[in-house]
Amino acid sequence: MAENKQKFEKPAEGPGGMRGGFGKPKDLKATALRTFSYLTKRPVMLAAALISVILSSLSAVAGTYAMRPIINGLTDAVKSGSNVFPALGKGILLMSLVYTLMAATAYLQANLMAQLAQKGCNQLRKDLFNKLQDLPLSYFDQHPHGQLMSRFTNDADNVQLALEQSVVQLLSSAISFVATIVMMIYLSPLLFIVTAVVLALILLTFKKLGGMSQREYRKQQAALGAVNGAVQENIEGLKVVKAFTHEDATKVEFEVLNENYRVAASKATTYSMMMMPISAQLTNVGYAITAVLGGVLSVVSGFDVGGLVSFLSYSKQISMPVNQISMQMTTVLAAMAGAERIFEVMDAEPEIDEGKVTLVQAHWDENHNLCEGREPAGRQEHWAWKVPESGGFRLVDLRGDVRFNDVCFGYVPNKEVLHHISVYAKPGQKIAFVGSTGAGKTTITNLINRFYEIQSGTITYDGIDVKDIEKDSLRHSLGAVLQDTHLFTGTVMDNIRYGRLDATDEECIAAAKAANAHSFIRRLPDGYQTMVTGDGGNLSQGQRQLLAIARAAVADPPVMVLDEATSSIDTRTEALISKGMDTLMENRTVFVIAHRLSTIRNANAIAVIEAGKIIEKGSHQELLDQKGRYYQLYTGQFQLS
Amino acid sequence: MIKRLFSYAGEYKKYVFLAPLFVILETAGELALPLLIAKIIDDGIMMGNLPVIYRIGVYMLIMAVAAVFLGAFGAKFGSYGSVGIGANLRKAEFDNISRFSFADIDYFSSASLVTRLTNDVTNVQNFTMMMIRMLWRVLTQIVVSLIVLFSMQWKLALILVAAIPVIGAAIAVLMIKCHPLFELMQKKIDELNEKVQENLIGIRVVKAFVREDYEEEKFQNANDAFTHAGLKAVLTIVLQQPIMMMGITIVTGLVLYFGGHMVLGGTLAVGTLSSIVTYIFNILISIMMIAMVLLQYVRASACVERIFEVIDKEPSIEDGEDAASELPAPAGRVEFRHVNFKYKAEGSGDDVLHDINFVAQPGQTVAIVGGTGVGKSSLVNLIPRFYDVTGGEVLLDGVDVRDYPVDELRHRIGMVLQNNVLFSGTIRENLLWGDPNATEEQMVQAAKDAQAYDFIMSFPDGFDTHMEQGGVNVSGGQKQRLCIARAMLRKPAVLILDDSTSAVDSATEAAIRESFKKNLKDTTVILIAQRISSVQSADQILVLDEGTIAGHGTHDELMKSNAIYQEIYWSQQEGVSE
Repeated sequence: MAENKQKFEKPAEGPGGMRGGFGKPKDLKATALRTFSYLTKRPVMLAAALISVILSSLSAVAGTYAMRPIINGLTDAVKSGSNVFPALGKGILLMSLVYTLMAATAYLQANLMAQLAQKGCNQLRKDLFNKLQDLPLSYFDQHPHGQLMSRFTNDADNVQLALEQSVVQLLSSAISFVATIVMMIYLSPLLFIVTAVVLALILLTFKKLGGMSQREYRKQQAALGAVNGAVQENIEGLKVVKAFTHEDATKVEFEVLNENYRVAASKATTYSMMMMPISAQLTNVGYAITAVLGGVLSVVSGFDVGGLVSFLSYSKQISMPVNQISMQMTTVLAAMAGAERIFEVMDAEPEIDEGKVTLVQAHWDENHNLCEGREPAGRQEHWAWKVPESGGFRLVDLRGDVRFNDVCFGYVPNKEVLHHISVYAKPGQKIAFVGSTGAGKTTITNLINRFYEIQSGTITYDGIDVKDIEKDSLRHSLGAVLQDTHLFTGTVMDNIRYGRLDATDEECIAAAKAANAHSFIRRLPDGYQTMVTGDGGNLSQGQRQLLAIARAAVADPPVMVLDEATSSIDTRTEALISKGMDTLMENRTVFVIAHRLSTIRNANAIAVIEAGKIIEKGSHQELLDQKGRYYQLYTGQFQLS
Repeated sequence: MIKRLFSYAGEYKKYVFLAPLFVILETAGELALPLLIAKIIDDGIMMGNLPVIYRIGVYMLIMAVAAVFLGAFGAKFGSYGSVGIGANLRKAEFDNISRFSFADIDYFSSASLVTRLTNDVTNVQNFTMMMIRMLWRVLTQIVVSLIVLFSMQWKLALILVAAIPVIGAAIAVLMIKCHPLFELMQKKIDELNEKVQENLIGIRVVKAFVREDYEEEKFQNANDAFTHAGLKAVLTIVLQQPIMMMGITIVTGLVLYFGGHMVLGGTLAVGTLSSIVTYIFNILISIMMIAMVLLQYVRASACVERIFEVIDKEPSIEDGEDAASELPAPAGRVEFRHVNFKYKAEGSGDDVLHDINFVAQPGQTVAIVGGTGVGKSSLVNLIPRFYDVTGGEVLLDGVDVRDYPVDELRHRIGMVLQNNVLFSGTIRENLLWGDPNATEEQMVQAAKDAQAYDFIMSFPDGFDTHMEQGGVNVSGGQKQRLCIARAMLRKPAVLILDDSTSAVDSATEAAIRESFKKNLKDTTVILIAQRISSVQSADQILVLDEGTIAGHGTHDELMKSNAIYQEIYWSQQEGVSE
């Protein structure tokens, strides 16, 4: 009975449990121990669950044996013609008790393991997610989203499933298997030989079919990949397909791939599906031979009928733990491989954050000294850097003075993309970067908020090395509109509020108006309450950028980084935004990256970047007078790519 | 629903029929074994009759060996049948999606359509396999076992018959309770995954705004909600096992007790009693399996519904009713008459386009300028009926576009969309989308006209250069030029260019415009552009603002009369004018 555990997983790839392609863990032992540590946080529960497993598997084996005295009592009574068997009721009661114990312990085990596994995996997912928040951007550059995503969707799910069911079933199957064999040998060593031969045959079949299935499965996966790829491409490009009335040709192409997959999948599934019936029916062959041999033994050497009945039951049951083990092993191995991948993420180097300087609210007192805390009158927010010193701290006024001193940087070691960059922005200045795609403009701004670590040189902020500033504080002081605008599921209002969580609706709307987003938001199906889904897929690129600008505006930071923020906005809208932005930029240091030179004309300093180097630097007029690259760009003699 | 599902067996029908047949035979053969064992015990062992044992033993062996093969082939047919159904479902879905209008695609969303074509079908395929094999096996077990039981000892069989409704009801209650719990759990896991996905995509924003703690809290809420829902569902479902086992124990105990007394009374043989216990066990286990199949059915039915929803969706844009009546020869006259449009006809939002009127005469170039999100793309999407107007009408050569057969309409129109897509395949294959029957010269000419020829030839394989999915191995400007070539190859009556030269530098763009003038004299060109230089030479320019036409005329006219146009002009000219 013990094999009938309820399953709630997504349908597995095949009932044979063939999950090829999931890979095997490199260090099974270490991974298993670490995974297990998520269960041992509740030791009493775990111990109770394990005891339940042992009890339930043993009582299942004992229950089958309990038939023996009943059948023997009846046989003896019939053979002797006495027609009385006083212990019948007692025997049945004993058997019922054994099964009741089994039911109770099996329930207990399932219940406890479910709790242990679910709570353990809750913690596992939490640890994983929190770890992700601590990783540096370079990690996300090197690991595609899909890959990290599948740590949650596939790997964590597999681990949970394995902890909930497979681990226990492996244990219980192993116990049942051994206990059953012990009982069989105890009942009749001779008959056990038959069982042993059948078992060997089953294992052989598993090995053979398993191998074939795995081979076919690999082909199936490749074919499936092709089908899914085609589906993806055609659905995403469906608008083009329709524009060119290319539907029929696409259908034909798809049909070919679909058929390839069907052929491969049919074969792979057949092999894995065959394992169960073949092993079940081979068991029946053994059962039949055992019945005959047992009958003969019984007649010839007086082997008891009760013993034979019990033995026959055992010989039917013996293949169950074998099936279970073969099935669960693949699940467990897949889960461990998944767990290993999860732990790899958890063990990755987090962002370096050793800075001690923090951002605090401050005000000037009557004597023009900087003091921590809000100004009593609370008129205007003012910020300062709190720099720890021996025996105390000093406050440095946050002014927005950012300097790059001879900075060199490369995303990967030995591949420098920025060479000896020196720029400085005085408080309230607007610094613009111009250059071709890939010249390194975005990279420079990524260094200000320390998304990446520089290799040499220094970046200072109000005279403090940014490495000494606590990362959160540093980034709080900077507002950013990044090259790729990203929005989150929620309403338009929620997305604007992301910039400052305690902003009121009015403040958000004011920011939207400043960014010139108000008029299009009003025309969305539900205005500010329109749901943004799938990273803003229902908005145009320009609209998303307007929202991103509003989001940065509501944050109201002392320093702003605008990276290609207006590239997808038409020039007229851009002109409107820049008016709003101008007010926002007052008393703020701003770094701007833009393709359009008209937008950066009024910058205090313009740096022309080429191949990771600043080739020209100066004000608009100075650069025009130099008649260099900027002049060429400006007069249209040179086109940026 | 099941019936409908199996109607997709199509050419694999024979497998769908053969598989249950083999399963039934296999199961029946297996079920005969306890009956034969009863004979071995009662007629052989108890009588000390060895020949009976041998004879019955041979029967058993034959049956068991036959069952091995029946089982193996049953598995094969089951696999071929269910995988075949999956393939047909996928095809049916794909075919219908090909008929979808843009509004239909928006209705489902591309991502959802992909899931429905991939994961959902795989799930249904697995479920079908289980239906074919497990359900038939279980049903055979119950029916055959019941028949054998009644023929062996009907009084004992009655104990079971009395117990079945009780156990069945208990399981049914449990299942009904569990269903919404599992649905909730699925919903929670989707929400959880969504949180992760978003976080990963927007990680730069998260870090830039120092929202790690906020994100962790958001995630943990979703994580807890999932665990909570999951535990609730799982802790309910695990009750099933003890209920079943207690049922089995009580029934077995009663049967043994009364059966034991029958044996003692001489009305029942010992071997028969032990077989009866085996059959009863089989039946009860089978009932439990039915519960499992039901559970899977519930899960799969959601997928099946989602699939049928796609297959059954009537495309919202169908051929016009007067489609067959004679159509004017393609000339390229486009007219908008009092056109109103919004994406969600019943939504609370304002019109995206309001009272649009204009006529593009054959061979004219009409340019549309205006701010982000003012409805420029929406406007041109109405011409090939990617969307239908919600008021007024769009006419092509004097006929309402809704009266054209859709294919015919789109054949007359060449379109370069804002989000250009190239497909995996060679450049040649991609260009020939425009006209599959185009000659090599025509294709080369189109490439030259779109200023794409030179860079195509700079690739080692020229026109046979392989494009990766989404055309990632060419630059944005090159992609746009390939898309223009593709549309030009179509030799359409109307060519629509939706901001499709934004990544092309001014000189190249001018060259493309020149070749339009030379080679597409009779083609009406409707183009959306940001740069004034791109639209300056157009015959008419429409200035769109907040969904209405705010200005209409030539460049010179608009420069005199239209404030918005002037603003756009000056926002781009400032630098040069100094």
